[in-house]
Amino acid sequence: MIRIKNLYKEFDGKDVLKDISIDYKPGECSLIIGASGSGKTVLLKSIVGLHTPEKGEIWYGDKLFNKLREKEKKELRKEMGMLFQGSALFDFATVEENIMFPMDFFTDWSLEQKLERANFCLRRVNLENANKKYPNELSGGMQKRVGIARAIALNPKYLFCDEPNSGLDPTTSIVIDRLIKEITQEYNITTVINTHDMNSVMEIGDKIGFIYQGRKVWEGSNKEILHSDCKELNDFVFTTNMAKQLKALMNR
Amino acid sequence: MKKALEIMGEYSLLMVKVFQKPEKWRIFFRQSVIEAQKLMIDSIPLIFVISIFIGAVVVIQTVNNMDSPLIPKMYVGFMTREILVLEFCSTMIALILAGKIGSNIASEIGSMRITEQIDAMEIMGVNSANYLILPKIASSVVLSPFLMLFSFVVGLLGGALIIAITGLITMAQYVDGLQFSFKIHYISYSMTKMSVFAFIITSLASYYGYYAKGGSLGVGRSSTKAIVISSVLILVFDLALTKLML
Repeated sequence: MIRIKNLYKEFDGKDVLKDISIDYKPGECSLIIGASGSGKTVLLKSIVGLHTPEKGEIWYGDKLFNKLREKEKKELRKEMGMLFQGSALFDFATVEENIMFPMDFFTDWSLEQKLERANFCLRRVNLENANKKYPNELSGGMQKRVGIARAIALNPKYLFCDEPNSGLDPTTSIVIDRLIKEITQEYNITTVINTHDMNSVMEIGDKIGFIYQGRKVWEGSNKEILHSDCKELNDFVFTTNMAKQLKALMNR
Repeated sequence: MKKALEIMGEYSLLMVKVFQKPEKWRIFFRQSVIEAQKLMIDSIPLIFVISIFIGAVVVIQTVNNMDSPLIPKMYVGFMTREILVLEFCSTMIALILAGKIGSNIASEIGSMRITEQIDAMEIMGVNSANYLILPKIASSVVLSPFLMLFSFVVGLLGGALIIAITGLITMAQYVDGLQFSFKIHYISYSMTKMSVFAFIITSLASYYGYYAKGGSLGVGRSSTKAIVISSVLILVFDLALTKLML
């Protein structure tokens, strides 16, 4: 479980995150949604430790992450996996080398064991026969799958996804969303996803936190989002006329 | 001034991160071999071509400038050797390498930074600075003195080649000059300089790449800064080491 308490983050004197508090539970896909520039990427990067918050607490289970020493943070990071917006696969490595990369550092497995695990992860994300390919030989969807396979290589307790559907067509987006959801439930992972894709919200959003101008202004599930009376959320979700009419119909 | 201090502080912090015990020595040695190939071995053809031509040109220019019949012709070999060993094979080769490997390192690490590959390593718990930069520094610092020696030998051969082709002086005079008043200390001085220059090139290029910002334009800017700053520092350290060691 991840618990965020009263988190503040600023850049050059400007508050980007203001008093964010939220809990993320294992086995759930928790989404951070909001418009571009609302602070959701900063929130995700603060949670994983790529940004240092000015104030607030980030708890991983019973460990206060932002007060841990570097060595302890490093240990905790072995339990994290992250899928980046652009996949962030290592250009210099093949697909299987990308997946074996964390194993090289943090396990004493033999090459056969590492290959076996890499193949298992690739099968799990439905990507076979791509082991020897380099990232630039893969489509966007395939790169995301490899990114997920790499993120789950060491059986993480926490999975973070930064805009997993960015640059993907709607069909592939749904496939990736479902894959993340399946993996989250199968391995009881605490998954936090940063997105502005409403299809994802409706498909996998067990818990949703809506960020508006650096503040969390709404929290709920994908079912509750349709009936919310939060003005900022409704302006974000029901942008088109068709969506507004749909909302009006549902509220009748 | 404030900016310069900030850069020095950031650079020092990065070096602290770089010079930590590698997570696994096996990975460090594997990466060092890869970097040695990429940064040093792959530079051999360029150094060969430059050194052979410069050796030949130095011989021609020295012959042309020695008008006095009182100066023995063997001094052509002597002066060629001294020019090559004292300055050309270390400082000039380092300036050339600053362009070649400096831009290579800054753009490689800079691209990794802007495509979040470095963030991906950090999230995994890997010390990205140590993994990416230490093997580059280690392989360059250890192998660059041998590149200097290679350049020296090839430069002398270039001189010999032009003498054999043009007959400006006899080969015996040239060889006599090469052997005349030879100081082994000059070789160690030049090799030491080369190691220091290699550290400057690799660490500065890595620093500018590691903190690259602003997309592909930012990577280009980092690469240019890395080359310019390391070239200036090479000259500054050339002066300081020469004063200290000669």
